Parts: sequence; C-alpha cells; structure tokens
Amino acid sequence: MPNIKTLAQREEKQVRFTPGHTLCAGCAEPMVVRTVLNAIPDPVVVANATGCLEVASSRYPGSAWNVPWIHVAFENAAAVIAGLEAAYKALKRAGKITRTIRFVAFAGDGGTYDIGLQALSGTLERGHDILYVCINNEAYMNTGVQRSSATPRCAAATTSPVGEEIPGKPQDRKDLTEIVVSHHIPYVAQASVSNLIDLANKVERSLQFTGPKFFNVLATCPLGWRTPRASAIDQAKLAVETRYWPLYEVVEGKYRITYKPKKPLPVEEWLKTQGRFRHLFRDEKGKERIAEFQAAVDRHWEELVKKEQCLSGVQEQG
Amino acid sequence: MPAELKTWKELPLGGVVPGGTTPEINKTGSWRAERPIWHEDKCIQCLQCWLHCPDDSILTKQQKMVGIDYDHCKGCGVCAAICPKDAITMIPEREGQCGK
Repeated sequence: MPNIKTLAQREEKQVRFTPGHTLCAGCAEPMVVRTVLNAIPDPVVVANATGCLEVASSRYPGSAWNVPWIHVAFENAAAVIAGLEAAYKALKRAGKITRTIRFVAFAGDGGTYDIGLQALSGTLERGHDILYVCINNEAYMNTGVQRSSATPRCAAATTSPVGEEIPGKPQDRKDLTEIVVSHHIPYVAQASVSNLIDLANKVERSLQFTGPKFFNVLATCPLGWRTPRASAIDQAKLAVETRYWPLYEVVEGKYRITYKPKKPLPVEEWLKTQGRFRHLFRDEKGKERIAEFQAAVDRHWEELVKKEQCLSGVQEQG
Repeated sequence: MPAELKTWKELPLGGVVPGGTTPEINKTGSWRAERPIWHEDKCIQCLQCWLHCPDDSILTKQQKMVGIDYDHCKGCGVCAAICPKDAITMIPEREGQCGK
C-alpha cells in the first residue's frame, strides 16, 4: 500500500497534474486528482467530463495534464473511457500494445449523479476495466452553485435559495455509492479529501480487480460551501467525524467501513461552519431541521453498519 | 499570459495543446494575498503540506520538503492549516520578500 513517501517519489519522477491550473485557491479537487494519479503506478489515460476541473486545467494554450487526456461533454465521460478501454483491449489482443495502461475518468457530482448517470450505469454494466472517480463537491460549482442531486438537504444554492417557501434544498441527497454498488462491480469506495492516504490505499487496492472501479470522493468547495479558503481539509474532516460522509469500501459485495469515528460529533458541528447552512441557526424552525438532518445521518450510518455486519462475514462492534 | 500574442505560425500545428504546459503559461502566484513562510527548523518532514497542496507548490527533493514554489502558490493557506508543527505561517503578501 502506498504511503506518503511512495506518492512523493512517484510525483518526483513524473508530475502528472502540474501547477498553473486556474482552480480557486484552496480548491480540494487537485488534491484528489494528484493523489489518485500518484497512487497508480502504471501509465494512465484520463477522460474528464465538463466541470471546474476540466475548465480550469485546460485553458488554451496550456494544459495541466501531463498524461494523455481527453475532455468530453458533461454526460459521457464514462462512455468515452469505456471506448478507450475497448480500443486498448483490441490493440492488446492484436499484439500492438504490451504494457498495462490504466483508464481513469474524472467527473464532478453534476457529471456523475445527474447528467452522466446513464452512461456510467452502462459502463459499469458492460464491465469495462476502468476507474471512475466522482469528485463530489455537492453542487454545480462551475456554473455558479446550482443544486445537484448530490446537494444535501437544507443547503442554500442559487436554484434552491433560502426563503419563506423552502429552507434551501428541500430534498435529501441521493446515495449514488449505493446505486453503484447495485451494479455488482468488483470495487466501490467512498472517500474524502481529508483522508487522502486512505484514498490512495483504496485506489491501489482496487487495481488488483479487473472490471469497473468506482470512487465517490467528497471534495470541499470553499466558494459554494461558503467557507474560508484554508479550511478545505477541516470541512471534509468534520463531514467524516460527524458520520455525514462515511468512509467505506465494497469489495465484491462485501462492505467494510474503513474509518469509524471513535467519538462521533453531532452533525451540527459540520453545518455551523458553512455559510450555505447559516439559515439553520437563525430560529427554532432551523433547530428542527438540524434534528431531522441528524436523524437522516444516523439512519444512514446504522444501515451501513448493519450492511457491514451482514455482508462482510465478520462480526464487528458498531 | 505571454507578453505578446503568438501568430498562427508560432502556435502548435492544429492548435494542439501540449500537456503539462500550464506552469510556464499561468504564473498563478500573482493571485496571492497571503504568503506562506516555511520554518525549516520546526519542520518534521511529514509532507502533509505537500499532499494537500492544491497547486503542487511544495517543492520536494528525495521525498523531503525543500521549499515553496512562489510562482504558482495561490496563498490558500491549506498548508499552514494542516501543518502539525506550525512550521508554515501565513503573512500578508506585502510583507514578503521577493523570491523568498
């Protein structure tokens, strides 16, 4: 498993994602990209759906990608990476390529949860040997913080503003990781930018499986979450410590929670640090909504612990 | 951006964008409002700052931190926040020294 020195060693050999990209100061996306690319020892080919990452890393006349890279539309990163992998397999069969190449797709939550879902589902079902990384910052940040189906309930977004009618987004976020698990692919993981070594380990562990591998990585957006720009890691860490964003992996149908907070914090601790939830702390109604939020988080966590107990074969104390 | 725009003869054939060229083109260090200062004596070489730097601006050699790339550091302060030994502190950019 890679440790921090291994990752540094690999980056000293080849910087796969170079500085000079124009992502915001304090953006968590490049941390995820660098960690994923450094965790893969083999040559990689990257497909990138539309989103902040693509826009900011490929401003003409430069590109921050030191690896073969293709930009595709919002909806088809999964389809394109599948095509690339199919071409590679054909060339390998014909004896024109002999080395191992890994195929990685990066997409945001808009390009994965919403617009790219059917292409992703098709790719997973066909069983292409790829890695798909969803960099989840919980809204359409690139176009100005519109709500996506990854946006948590009560979060303010420009298309679900806080007012008398609605308290930010009225609906819960959907659980994409579980949707992907239902495709019965060999490896699914949920990770966070606060635990990058955990992410690197998950990426490297997944490489032993042939077939689609999926990662849902929480990445703080200081702009859209309305948080100070230096707090990206603290935010993501609170999301993990409050059990809002559990870190787990599903290896061939077997659940394993990779990090269990010893003293879980109330979800309020995470909410109160973000401007997008500020309205919850104004009145009594907000308190009720926080209680509902907490109940949803607890229910999700308990479900996960039960799944781990039932589907891991190993009895553990939750 | 370069001082003078290139003509069509100087651009790569077909408008192809060569990979890994942004460090030359975008000196994002000019965005900085706060400047990170590295205190080598306090540093324990845990590389947490390198791991979390969004702009790959923590320079390493033989897996050891050797300095900060002020050409591209945007001054977000993530490194100072993550450092367990307070070996990186942020100062206002105007108090910084050129090239250090």
